[in-house]
Amino acid sequence: MVQRLRVRYAKRGRLRFTSHRDISRAVERAVRRAEIPVAFSAGFSPHPKISYAGAAPTGVASEAEYLEIGVSRPCDPDQVRADLDASLPPGLDVLDIVEARSGSLADKLECSVWELRLPGADPVAAEQAVKEFEAADRVEVERLTKKGMRQFDARQAVRSVAVSVRADTTAGQEPGQPCVILRMVVRHETPAVRPDDVLMGLRLVAGFAPPSSPEVTRLAQGPLDATTGEPADPFDAERSGGDL
Amino acid sequence: MPVESLFSRLEPLLPKVQKPIQYVGGELNSTVKDWDEATVRWALMYPDAYEVGLPNQGVQILYEILNELPETMAERTYAVWPDLEALMRSEGVPQFTVDAHRPVRAFDVLGVSFSTELGYTNLLTALDLAGIPLEAVDRTDEDPIVLAGGHAAFNPEPIAAFLDAAVLGDGEQIAIAISEVVREWKAEGRPGGRDELLMRLASTGGVYVPKFYDVEYHPDGRIKRVVPNRSGVPSRVFKHTVMDLDEWPYPKKPLVPLAETVHERFSVEIFRGCTRGCRFCQAGMITRPVRERSITTIGDMVDAGLKESGFSEVGLLSLSSADHSEIGEIAKGLADRYEGTQTGLSLPSTRVDAFNIDLANEFSRNGRRSGLTFAPEGGSERMRKVINKMVTEEDLIRTVTTAYSQGWRQVKLYFMCGLPTEEDIDVLAIADLAKKVIKAGREATGSRDIRCTVSIGGFVPKPHTPFQWAAQCDHETVDRRLRELRDALRGDKEYGRAIGYRYHDGKPSIVEGLLSRGDRRVASVIRAVWEDGGRFDGWSEHFSYERWMTAAERALSGELVDVEWYTTREREEHEVLPWDHLDAGLDREWLWQDWQDAVNDVEVEDCRWTPCYDCGGCPTMGTEIQIGPTGKKLLPLTVV
Ligand code: B12
Ligand code: SF4
Repeated sequence: MVQRLRVRYAKRGRLRFTSHRDISRAVERAVRRAEIPVAFSAGFSPHPKISYAGAAPTGVASEAEYLEIGVSRPCDPDQVRADLDASLPPGLDVLDIVEARSGSLADKLECSVWELRLPGADPVAAEQAVKEFEAADRVEVERLTKKGMRQFDARQAVRSVAVSVRADTTAGQEPGQPCVILRMVVRHETPAVRPDDVLMGLRLVAGFAPPSSPEVTRLAQGPLDATTGEPADPFDAERSGGDL
Repeated sequence: MPVESLFSRLEPLLPKVQKPIQYVGGELNSTVKDWDEATVRWALMYPDAYEVGLPNQGVQILYEILNELPETMAERTYAVWPDLEALMRSEGVPQFTVDAHRPVRAFDVLGVSFSTELGYTNLLTALDLAGIPLEAVDRTDEDPIVLAGGHAAFNPEPIAAFLDAAVLGDGEQIAIAISEVVREWKAEGRPGGRDELLMRLASTGGVYVPKFYDVEYHPDGRIKRVVPNRSGVPSRVFKHTVMDLDEWPYPKKPLVPLAETVHERFSVEIFRGCTRGCRFCQAGMITRPVRERSITTIGDMVDAGLKESGFSEVGLLSLSSADHSEIGEIAKGLADRYEGTQTGLSLPSTRVDAFNIDLANEFSRNGRRSGLTFAPEGGSERMRKVINKMVTEEDLIRTVTTAYSQGWRQVKLYFMCGLPTEEDIDVLAIADLAKKVIKAGREATGSRDIRCTVSIGGFVPKPHTPFQWAAQCDHETVDRRLRELRDALRGDKEYGRAIGYRYHDGKPSIVEGLLSRGDRRVASVIRAVWEDGGRFDGWSEHFSYERWMTAAERALSGELVDVEWYTTREREEHEVLPWDHLDAGLDREWLWQDWQDAVNDVEVEDCRWTPCYDCGGCPTMGTEIQIGPTGKKLLPLTVV
């Protein structure tokens, strides 16, 4: 392996229903189709060196997914970006590629910005619920995990939640109707607090329950900027010349 | 008028179901045409879950060929799982295609591919969700022509009531021909409605339209005869055989699914047909003669298919791939060509000889060594003579030992239980065979780290085979023999732990038997099972034997026949069989002779290498054996 390429890609529209495994198969095939000289692990059953950082759950769209490809020959990131994007199915779209020059990608993805569209929800009730949630110290929620029902705090990881109302574009809804949108910045912690955990928190503290299931999009990921309270671009180091 | 996409109505349901990705389409190499660009519109269905249906070559080939026609379009639809079915019913979303999410009822033809009978109940779900009347007689000009193809369509009688038409054999040419008939009829302004269209199809002799045939019965319930009920309808319908596979190098652009499927590879059919003459094998009987694809076409298809798809594995598909006249060259050529590219090669092996191991070694050169599979099918030498699987015990042991000494650690052996004339000792012979295999393997390798797995299922007699007259073994006997075999394997102190045992119990085979050799009276059973919630009968977690038996008792209560009559009853030579008017090319007298030979342990040779023994296939169909060798080699391609 002579080079590591860091890729930001989007998972859009109907492709949001892909699972993490679906995406990794699609990427491996796209890499072969695009004839990108991916490096392989040594050993009995060699695997292509492609690693994924914190994939968004099945059903959640994203504008900010990240992966890293190890290649066996130096490549021009712009060329790889074009080739890989052309080889991926529409809806899995390559947004940005840089050559890695800094520390672990996963370590830089400290927080996410999530957008939740809640068609049919009451904006006043949403505002109120968010206020009560933010006022609480801890909000215990539970979720079914592989190890059974698990209880954990959904409050501490949430940096901010903003409520707004925009015209609806959600699937299956009357277009143009006002739609409540929650935008939240959530830190990546263990156990991971996901947008639906926060929604459950809103229900628990204030009885807020939107009438239909939310449409969720991850808008950004990156290191948490303490002054703005927002994620910075995880490729900043690469773009400024790097700390190599 | 363009037909609207159902996707915006489907989308809100998707977060609530398992594996929603299977319903969204958008696969690499899938095709979406403008609705108005085409005049003939096909919805092609594989009546099982997407993960099983997508890799099917038959559907992929027809999809590509039809979409290449200028005035024709084809989209695909699969069986939806019960979780989505329930939501679609409550929200009023009809059966949709995955390509452009168009309602299936809006298409001109719904072509359904039946590799097995276990998809019948799923057909009914799809029709019902689509809003298409289940019974063909209730359909109007607003409904598509429901057309069945695939191996099970060689006896479509049990689902005849639900079908408008069926096609036997290779689909490439007849699909194009059907498209042309539909196009002309539509261009003329649909004269005479759907009946005239069906009549035009039927009169070609290559499309079976069940409702144009009446079935008459004897007072005892046997069939007296099946006759056309109007003029212009041929009394026999023939199968289709594509000659020269090199002219049909499909799929050129394999579909690459996003969802995980059972076969994650690019498959190329290296030949069609098989003349080994295994008597239980319907596929081998109905696809004669052998037609090879040449080594060079195979090489080109593999190259193009890998480039188009990005798959990292190639499957060389056929009924008995080691029998290709140049398989050694193909294996070596491909292994050389893809050396160092992490491209795996696989071939479903069944042949039991040393040559097969050489091949397997070649095939695993660039990849992993998993396990080898052999299919002796019958446990005792006598049994193998009955089924015409010409393998001796020495062959088998020698072959498997060679495999072990060349580094293979795991060998799988396939068998059937309940074969004609079988007795307990024939099945118990499997245990002896397996032990001998392990013993010889240990001696050859000096290691105890070798295993073999015995895999066994119930035999189902199939139409158009010499066993079409045979009595199917009852499930009690099958299950008892399977238990005794298990005890004989497990109880063995010396070898038991080196032998794995997998079996399918006998009950599902009885249902398969009912559907395989059933006639039109079985339709009411299928419908009753479906109404009772029967779905996905190929999946053990959904299949219910009790449901089938209860439904059969109810549905057949007014008839002279029952499940035993269809399954465990032996037929006599001249009984009219439900599929006798459907011609697979095989001479009925030859089949009967072969059945007699079976009972007398007489074997027949493979007509590829020995003189023709007049099975009837070639003269009836005007076909001939097409095999190599061509003497050509695969050129290495420059790979990056
Ligand atoms: C790959 C494969 C599988 C895979 C993938 C299944 C799939 N979706 O294809 C897996 C492992 C899942 C599988 C499972 C099973 N399989 Co399988 N499988 C095959 C195999 C090796 C290749 C299938 C294929 O792609 N063939 C190539 C295509 C081009 O042929 P085709 O599908 O028949 O299509 C042509 C024509 O039939 C026709 N046609 C087909 N559909 C239609 C529709 C219309 C409208 C028209 C006009 C024409 C048409 O046109 C096509 C082009 O000429 C075949 C053996 C073989 N070589 O065919 C066995 C085979 C089809 N399987 C068989 C069986 C028994 C099964 C199982 C029932 C096994 C079991 N007991 O569980 C299951 C059932 C699965 C299911 N629910 O559908 C048998 C069928 C027996 C028979 N009656 O002939 C076969 C023939 C193997 C054999 N030698 O016995 N199978
Ligand atoms: S080798 Fe035997 S089992 Fe296999 S396809 Fe040919 S006839 Fe059928």
